[in-house]
Amino acid sequence: MERSTIDLWVGLFMVAGLGALTILALKVGNMGSLGSSDTYALTAEFTNIGGLKPRAAVKSSGVVVGRVSSIVFDNDKFVARVTMNIDARYKFPQDTSASILTAGLLGEQYIGFEGGAEDKPLAPGTTIKPGLTQSAVVLEKLISQFMMNKAAEGSSAK
Amino acid sequence: MFNRGSIINIRGVGHHTVDAVLRLGYATRFIALTLLNSGPSFRRLHLIIRELYFTGVLSMIIILVSGLFVGMVLGFQGYQTLKTYGSESALGVLVSLSLVRELGPVVSGLLFASRAGSAMTAEIGLMKTTEQLSAMEMMAVDPIARVVAPRFWAGVISMPLLAAVFSAMGVYGGYLIGVVLIGVDDGSFWSQMQAAVDFREDIVNGVIKSVVFGIAVTWIALFEGYDAPPTAEGVSGATTRTVVTSSLAILGLDFILTAFMFQGA
Repeated sequence: MERSTIDLWVGLFMVAGLGALTILALKVGNMGSLGSSDTYALTAEFTNIGGLKPRAAVKSSGVVVGRVSSIVFDNDKFVARVTMNIDARYKFPQDTSASILTAGLLGEQYIGFEGGAEDKPLAPGTTIKPGLTQSAVVLEKLISQFMMNKAAEGSSAK
Repeated sequence: MFNRGSIINIRGVGHHTVDAVLRLGYATRFIALTLLNSGPSFRRLHLIIRELYFTGVLSMIIILVSGLFVGMVLGFQGYQTLKTYGSESALGVLVSLSLVRELGPVVSGLLFASRAGSAMTAEIGLMKTTEQLSAMEMMAVDPIARVVAPRFWAGVISMPLLAAVFSAMGVYGGYLIGVVLIGVDDGSFWSQMQAAVDFREDIVNGVIKSVVFGIAVTWIALFEGYDAPPTAEGVSGATTRTVVTSSLAILGLDFILTAFMFQGA
């Protein structure tokens, strides 16, 4: 076969291969939405993180605004300290509350942000006030609480 | 206690062990020489392009077709299982993650070993048998630089591209079955996939895997060809060994790489 024909086919092959990689990155992966864009760190302390894992989503009004980067246990306060990377495009007021929520009944856990009324935004690196965080709901606790209430109702009705 | 038969057997074990270690040492020296002599083949790019045509372009058809079919099978099987839990919308996640993380690099590596690797071994083995390699040496042309290095780089370049094509085709096959044929919701298929597949964690790791497999397969194929006994029988044995060894190498390396990449989260 002539050399120029081989060159053409190899060129087409390279284009197809690199094109497939680009499709994987943009269409299959999340490169398009939140990949290499600028982020800033925020921290929040929770008494119980449930099943939250690093790389879990941080959502506000259902929109992914960042990801959990690390979870460590604070041995002085006995709480879990969660560090999040938030997309630099989004600013949240200082009294933003963070709660650990579950997507669906058995879905993955994520952090939900709810904006407050303050004017000043949270500076990069700050910690969300302990009073404004809500820990994960533990199903066992919920059930036992419900049972207790039922038992209490039963005894008062006598 | 030591009769003649058992002594011969023990001697055989020792001989095979020493032989295996010797061959491993020779193979290491071979890859080091290949890497040292790769400079000239990059200066004469048309050599690499010619090999890219044989290893890459001619493997495209089998990669495209098998990628599409693997993706379609994943679409069917995944749907059957996910339906039981009422989470058909996660079909895209299942198809794309299994392709990008595992099946893409591994299956295209196995196909690459049997399609391109065996051809490389047979070609170089036959060149050795017909004394073309010795003839090159007589003309002061280094056969490692002229024959081996371009093939090595062509294999290393084309393997990740083939794996990416395989994964992309597979995702499309899963889409065809899941969305077009069965009727899973189009939006949730793609959006759940995009939420679950991470560029760094999944796609880049898949590419790293396929590069490692490419290096392993081409190394094994070229070495087996270069080391083949210069007889018809020797070349056929070397071709068989290429396919067996490189398939085992792919599976073993895949286990090690997966253990490193996905151990924690």
